[in-house]
Amino acid sequence: MSQAAASTADRHPMPGMMVYNVKLGMWIFLLSEVMFFTALIGSYIILRFAHPDHFAEPGAVLNVPLTAFNTFVLICSSVSMVKAYAAITQGDQKGLRFWLLVTILLGTFFVGVQVVEYIILAREGFVPMAELYGVAHEIEGAALYGATFYTMTGFHGTHVTIGILCMWFVLYRAWQGKYSADNYGAVEIMGLYWHFVDLVWIILFTIVYLI
Amino acid sequence: MDAHAHAHEMPWIRRYIFSTDHKTIAIQFLLMSLFFLVVGGLLAMMMRWQLGFPSEPMPGGMLLPDEMMAPTPAGAIMLPEFYNSLVTMHGTIMIFFAIMPLLVGVFGNLLIPLQIGADDMAFPRLNMASFWMAFPAGLLMLASFAVEGGAAGAGWTSYAPLSASGEYTGVYLGQQLWLISLTILGFASLAGAVNYITTIINMRAPGMTWFRMPLATWALFITAILILLAIPILAGALIMLLFDQTIGTAFFLPASDGEPLLWQHLFWFFGHPEVYILILPAMGITSDVLANGARKPVFGYHAMVLAIVAIAFLSWIVWGHHMFQSGMNPMLGTTFMITTMVIAVPSAIKVFNWLGTIYKGNIHLHTPMLHALGFVSMFIIGGLSGVFMASTPVDVYIHDTYFIVAHLHYVLFGGSLFAIFAGITFWYPKMFGRLMNEKWGRIHFWLTMILYNIVFWPMHSIGIQGHMRRIYDPTQYEFLQPLQPINQFITMAAFALVAVQVIYALNFIISIWKGKKAGNNPWKANSLEWTVPSPPPHGNFELVPIVYRGPYEYSAPDVEEDYWLQDAPPPSETAAPALEPQPVAD
Repeated sequence: MSQAAASTADRHPMPGMMVYNVKLGMWIFLLSEVMFFTALIGSYIILRFAHPDHFAEPGAVLNVPLTAFNTFVLICSSVSMVKAYAAITQGDQKGLRFWLLVTILLGTFFVGVQVVEYIILAREGFVPMAELYGVAHEIEGAALYGATFYTMTGFHGTHVTIGILCMWFVLYRAWQGKYSADNYGAVEIMGLYWHFVDLVWIILFTIVYLI
Repeated sequence: MDAHAHAHEMPWIRRYIFSTDHKTIAIQFLLMSLFFLVVGGLLAMMMRWQLGFPSEPMPGGMLLPDEMMAPTPAGAIMLPEFYNSLVTMHGTIMIFFAIMPLLVGVFGNLLIPLQIGADDMAFPRLNMASFWMAFPAGLLMLASFAVEGGAAGAGWTSYAPLSASGEYTGVYLGQQLWLISLTILGFASLAGAVNYITTIINMRAPGMTWFRMPLATWALFITAILILLAIPILAGALIMLLFDQTIGTAFFLPASDGEPLLWQHLFWFFGHPEVYILILPAMGITSDVLANGARKPVFGYHAMVLAIVAIAFLSWIVWGHHMFQSGMNPMLGTTFMITTMVIAVPSAIKVFNWLGTIYKGNIHLHTPMLHALGFVSMFIIGGLSGVFMASTPVDVYIHDTYFIVAHLHYVLFGGSLFAIFAGITFWYPKMFGRLMNEKWGRIHFWLTMILYNIVFWPMHSIGIQGHMRRIYDPTQYEFLQPLQPINQFITMAAFALVAVQVIYALNFIISIWKGKKAGNNPWKANSLEWTVPSPPPHGNFELVPIVYRGPYEYSAPDVEEDYWLQDAPPPSETAAPALEPQPVAD
């Protein structure tokens, strides 16, 4: 059983194996994530083309400057993730811990701003429920706007949150000194996931807030 | 290796319940999906009763609660709502919890590591998690029969708006459980797919090049890619539908400007690759068994691989053919018609290559071979009726009739299930160490083959005469009343078809303890799983095997026997015996 309990990263490297298992697995998993967000974004595009009257002009309902700043924060967290990865490839334990913590804080800030944004929007009557949309206040757009907005950004926020939880785990292991210049697979795949989530947000921000 | 040393010290629960060994997980999937196969079959029998003898008291119906059966002095009569649940749950359970786990969960887990020469999957614990998500998902699906309002009743396709609001079907919680259960199953499938793809790319034994892989593994590899990319689409659609049901969004509800057609597009964008998820592994299994039974190499091995890839690619651009009657730009309909018909080309390549494989072969008609031949012949019928439906003018006429039911059962029962029978019988020794009984296996095959055709062939005919696909009581239409004797005939034959499956069940169960002991290689086959003991030990191979040739070197002129194991050193090297890793009989 020790075999399964041990790090699976280097189980039986076969000749001709280009990428170790966990990294390859993460890439493959991210492909399926692409398809998941494709389903959500594709539905949004179809619904918006079919019912333009349901959707408001950019900036009419959503707070674009606030989210633009939030986007900047998330991109910064990708930079700090790269710094964490670069640190451990050099064996720099202190740097790894520092930059992981920075990434966690930036990610948490992003989710926090999103929660605040949700609360403000919901008070204005911007809700996913078809029958309650705009009941509190007269706001532009109609039911499909709220439903697609919350579904897409909500699932992205969930992905960021899961990423933060995983990163706490990586940080905990980093504090135990489990990673080194020879063994940084977990940091690398954490980074892959984090950059992916970041990339999805850039697409979401563009099509939901800007266009 | 540590794994070997610890293999015997593991507590019982780690060895049989929460096992990370791919072979144990395969057996777990096998038992689970055979259970659901039985459940799905029994649901179909209740439907058949209602169709054959509409609104007559069903034998044993008194055992079911009043929400399903209306009690009368003469006996219990099926309620229309319950019939809707039966239609839905028969389809759902058979597709998601029987055929799909049988093909992908069982054979994927059992065959991939063994056939490529790996000691286990790339992520054994993820593999275990895959089963322990799939099984509770199935139980959740079954539990939905017991909740208020009954199980989901909007068909296995759950078309919106019927499925999006409980007001239309009277099913509230049942439909939500359906959605949640399939979402969990989606996670299980994804875990499996990531595992299979990583394992096949990274963990092939030295010498196991891509084009030396057995076709079963090739098919499972491509299937895993389809699962990886298709299931997330379904997950997205399921979640949106769940939001419509629970928090009151209106993605698919036209009353609030939602788009019911969007559900159909999302569902079939997943659904058509799903169709090939259900048939490609069956094609792979058939190829392996046919070559073994004919003692000949697979005809056109490379063409077979490329045909699998071509079918998988085409499966992404044909989903519209499920929606010809849903309202579509005629231009688009023609496009989908053409892409759909193009699929017939790689499918035909496969069929002709199977025929080429058995042509002038030294044919051994063992039970798996019979089932494989059954697969090929039934797949031809099912494939040809598929071309009828692909043609838009014909589809106007036969859409949503029993012709469709006949077609899909010819590919799923006649196709997939016969291949599953072939596969289970063929690889049974690698799971349980023994062979299934040959005589009863043949009896089961012939009875199943005959009765199966008696059940499903007439459905083509009643479909063309206008018998609708999902209908509670066909006699309510005058023009369907003359068809009632055929319906009764089908029902009686269906009961007999299910009854003869008892032979298979008994053969399966008894052979676990009483079957003939199988050696390493009872079928005299070539691929790597036959070089190790039956069942293989934990860790599979004592030493990493070295592969010298493809998996179908039957009747090769260079060797005395009519088979040539993939890891047997070539003759030139046997003269001066090198220290090659040899399989060790335990």
